[in-house]
Amino acid sequence: MSEEQIKNLEKQFEERIARDEKIEPKDWMPEKYRQTHIRQMSQHAHSEIIGMLPEGNWITRAPSLRRKVALLAKVQDEAGHGLYLYSATETLGISREELYEQLHTGKAKYSSIFNYPTLTWADMGAIGWLVDGAAIINQVPLCNTSYGPYSRAMIRVCKEESFHQRQGYEIMMKLANGTPEQKEMAQDALNRWWWPSLMMLGPTDDKSVHTAQSMKWKLKRKTNDELRQQFIDQTVPQADLIGLTIPDPDLKWNEERQSYDFGEINWDEFWQVVKGHGPMNKERMRARINAWECGEWVRDAAMAHAEKKQQRKQKQAV
Amino acid sequence: MSTKNWPLWEIFVRSKNGLEHRHFGSLHAADAEMALENARDVYTRRNEGVSIWVVESKHITASNPENNGELFEPAQDKVYRHPTFYDLPDEVKHM
Ligand SMILES: [Fe+2]
Ligand SMILES: [Fe+2]
Repeated sequence: MSEEQIKNLEKQFEERIARDEKIEPKDWMPEKYRQTHIRQMSQHAHSEIIGMLPEGNWITRAPSLRRKVALLAKVQDEAGHGLYLYSATETLGISREELYEQLHTGKAKYSSIFNYPTLTWADMGAIGWLVDGAAIINQVPLCNTSYGPYSRAMIRVCKEESFHQRQGYEIMMKLANGTPEQKEMAQDALNRWWWPSLMMLGPTDDKSVHTAQSMKWKLKRKTNDELRQQFIDQTVPQADLIGLTIPDPDLKWNEERQSYDFGEINWDEFWQVVKGHGPMNKERMRARINAWECGEWVRDAAMAHAEKKQQRKQKQAV
Repeated sequence: MSTKNWPLWEIFVRSKNGLEHRHFGSLHAADAEMALENARDVYTRRNEGVSIWVVESKHITASNPENNGELFEPAQDKVYRHPTFYDLPDEVKHM
């Protein structure tokens, strides 16, 4: 195709998206659109998969059967989210094996929030409430994104997320209304998860490289800073309600903006964690690669069994 | 590295009797039986279905959007296929 023709196709393509038309897998798309979507969607899928590790850590130690079935169901949902997103990414012409390869070699990223440890039971509350809460804020606009398979996967994901956040908040509420030790445990979890949750919504707008293009393709509808403000404004009253304190001395209501002003985020910490120097980066990758490698004989055996069954069927048919 | 990777399957779910099966997404499985079992866990954790079809993706033949013109445009000017094309007096009821 000539450069002129490609320019033309690109123009038509951008117009389709501007008209709110969806792009489907077999449609022509600019190479950059394909690559950007593979990057963002796979990063999203990897986050769902790695995100199971910090919570999986507490399933066997859940304090009651009610908490255990809920946490188990939540972690299972995250596995489902990973699978919806991987298969949606595969429609762009990349294989599951390549996607795993990118995760395991560190070429692909996942959300940096999962590189923090889960030290107490209250962390299950804080993660559901804050991390899933921030994820929902990120994900709801994606239900209308331009790439059909991504948008459909996100609609399914968003339907399942609200229970995740509610079960987390319920854990926090129970602890905050419990003994002084329990309340302290809840406060400690909030102290540790608050700032990483704010970072989860991405670098500030002036530092964010992808925003303009992503807006055009509806991979983003609001900027990182807008999403962060929305998250803070909705979460602060929830903390007040259960008597916990947001660990930010500069946090205060701004009457004029009708929003909370908040303190400086430690972006050095964020970039350190992104670059692999967070408290749990190595452990997360070790656990993930270990699960993949130790599962290899199971995958091979299943394949061998399937082939044997197939051959037996063919013999009977003769 | 595994010798052979699990193939890809397309998953169709009937959400309740009376409705058609609808495409829900895809997944990898060693064979059809496993695809059904996995589809149950991946796509129907909340009573989303009463029946599942699985089809190995390579068996699906899809039309190419590049041919959409010749395939679908001929239907556009056939307005006489729609009831509104026909002029009837207002007195005619229930038609
Ligand atoms: Fe999720
Ligand atoms: Fe979640």
